[in-house]
Amino acid sequence: MDEGRYARRIQYEMTDGQVNTVNHSDGPTGDAGTDGAKVNVRLEHVTKTFDDVPAVDDLNLKINEGEFFSLLGPSGCGKTTTLRMIGGFEEPTSGRIMLGGRDVTYMAPYHRDVNTVFQSYALFPHLDVFENIAFGLRRRKVDKAEVRRRVGAILEVVDLPDFERRRVNQLSGGQQQRIALARALVNEPKLLLLDEPMSALDAKLRHQMQIELKSIQSRVGITFLYVTHDQEEAMTMSDRLVVMRQGRIEGIGSPKDVYDNPSTEFVATFLGASNLLTGEVARRDGSVTTIDLTNGSTLSVPTSRLPDQLTSTTVKVGVRPEKISIVAANATVGPNQNSLRGRVRVSTFTGVGNQYLVEMASGADITVYAQNIGEELAPRSGDEVLLSWPVEHTFAVRPMESGLSGEESES
Amino acid sequence: MSLTPFARVDESTGSERASRRPRRLGRFVLPTYSWLVIAYLVFPIAVMIVYSFNRVISGLQLVSFAWNGFTFQWYEQWRSIPGLTSAFWLSIRLALVSTVIATALGTLLAIALVRYRGSKFRGKGGIEQILFLNIAAPEIVMGASLLGIFVTFNIARGFLTLVLAHVMFSIAYVTVTVRARLAGFDVSLEEASYDLGASPLGTFRLVTLPLIMPGVLAGALMAFALSIDDFVTSNFVSGSSVPFPVWVYGASRVGTPPQVFVFGTVIFSVGIVFALLSLGLSKKRA
Repeated sequence: MDEGRYARRIQYEMTDGQVNTVNHSDGPTGDAGTDGAKVNVRLEHVTKTFDDVPAVDDLNLKINEGEFFSLLGPSGCGKTTTLRMIGGFEEPTSGRIMLGGRDVTYMAPYHRDVNTVFQSYALFPHLDVFENIAFGLRRRKVDKAEVRRRVGAILEVVDLPDFERRRVNQLSGGQQQRIALARALVNEPKLLLLDEPMSALDAKLRHQMQIELKSIQSRVGITFLYVTHDQEEAMTMSDRLVVMRQGRIEGIGSPKDVYDNPSTEFVATFLGASNLLTGEVARRDGSVTTIDLTNGSTLSVPTSRLPDQLTSTTVKVGVRPEKISIVAANATVGPNQNSLRGRVRVSTFTGVGNQYLVEMASGADITVYAQNIGEELAPRSGDEVLLSWPVEHTFAVRPMESGLSGEESES
Repeated sequence: MSLTPFARVDESTGSERASRRPRRLGRFVLPTYSWLVIAYLVFPIAVMIVYSFNRVISGLQLVSFAWNGFTFQWYEQWRSIPGLTSAFWLSIRLALVSTVIATALGTLLAIALVRYRGSKFRGKGGIEQILFLNIAAPEIVMGASLLGIFVTFNIARGFLTLVLAHVMFSIAYVTVTVRARLAGFDVSLEEASYDLGASPLGTFRLVTLPLIMPGVLAGALMAFALSIDDFVTSNFVSGSSVPFPVWVYGASRVGTPPQVFVFGTVIFSVGIVFALLSLGLSKKRA
């Protein structure tokens, strides 16, 4: 019910244009992005170096209006630096940041139509909940009655009505997070930045907040840029996401695209689990390419899923553990299926399913995940098995350069 | 306190009597010791307060330390010695002015020292050393050298030189106090303020200052207390303006009028009130 109210209010301000004339209307050079949506944020060749060490390296990115977009990557990958540059807390060493068609590269944070939910929430401890939320409105000289109304409305949105006069340090972590969200959203910014806002919450609350945050985002229609190192979190909420490593984009797309068709070995291993087997490209038969594995087997990969620029014929062939069926060794395999033989080394029951480590003749392990649908007889360890999966669920990536494979060691 | 663990060992192994004794004793050692120290600290102040109510029977209205009976006479006649009264008001004015200036300068210095480091603030280590030296240096040296400077540059000794001197020796105390408060300051609070549209000045006024206010007030209180009873430096640089401590020192060579104890008692009481307020405030904010 308050959804409608909130939407109407935004509508009102769009037409009225009194409070924030720049808000919710693209700038003069507003251009079309992917799928014809309007581009809200655009990063052009953005680079940031700290003491000659690049934190963000020639980043190009377009974020569409109304999108829930995530920057995902391990710590030190440059995702937070990117967010801070968009928020105005860091200046890029080079490159350009466009917000709604306006160049904001060197604009002070207090002039940007962007609000941030900080990792520590950064609620003002000397002010109560109401004054915390009203802070941004008061800076823009919104009149008193309007401030009251908007603070009340946003507290309904984050489901904490009657909290106006609470002191901030009387709130639980989850409540503080909602207030931090409300304090940013009440300004109805062109873009909301969220810097790992869930990291201080326990697992259960985090899960609940993910769903809620997503629903609030679709309700208010504001572009969210979400930074996280938690791949599950990014996949649950995002319309699109990028996976970053060492200041560069490793993969971009919808969670399903990036997950099902990872563009690099790093994405394949960082986003979920992957089985990766090294092989050589043998031949291309139209839409299917055959790859000879180093262990002697042969696998087929859709040609469209081969990496764009292959510098050598060596590739890594991958398949996600849940795409693999595990059957008895004497079973037959249908058409358009890849198959491998092995022996079950470890079998683990996880409640919702079984996880198997299957050892190939070459000694390499393949992880298989089978859902617990209570029908088939589960193979036990020591059993000879046949693994099979559809060709279309097979992907190939360029092997990671050996020098960079230990990327978690940056500090 | 260190007796307690031994007592526990006794309890588990041997008779109950042996175990109880040291514990009972231990319970009284520290509190007794604490009260003795407090008595030691408070005694001179108590003497001053008590004798501010002492009747004087000799013809000269000077303090004598024989108890002649209780009176409010000196409180009623607190203004009867013109030199003392004007010295008192001078000290109050001096303390207020130097506290305001020293608190402002010291607070800004503390913020600079906490915020900027490395290439953004060269010579920061030197400034920290100087602050320490300023606190540690004997006052007599500073007073004498200040007098030397004022004479050399032909600056007339008076209220101005007193303010300059008092601000100088108070800044370091304010800076140290405020810096302690700033040490745990979450910088993202200021970023949040910028993020919500507040300018740097607005952020200082609306976020930074309110949050460090307990430290600033504590520093100001310290500066005020240092100024109002400063004798050594003031004696060198006061010239014709005589503040309260300098006047009292001069008078004591002849004999102390009881009104000095009255002023002393009032200054102490006001100080206590402010200290309690500051304590209450910092508790509430913490």
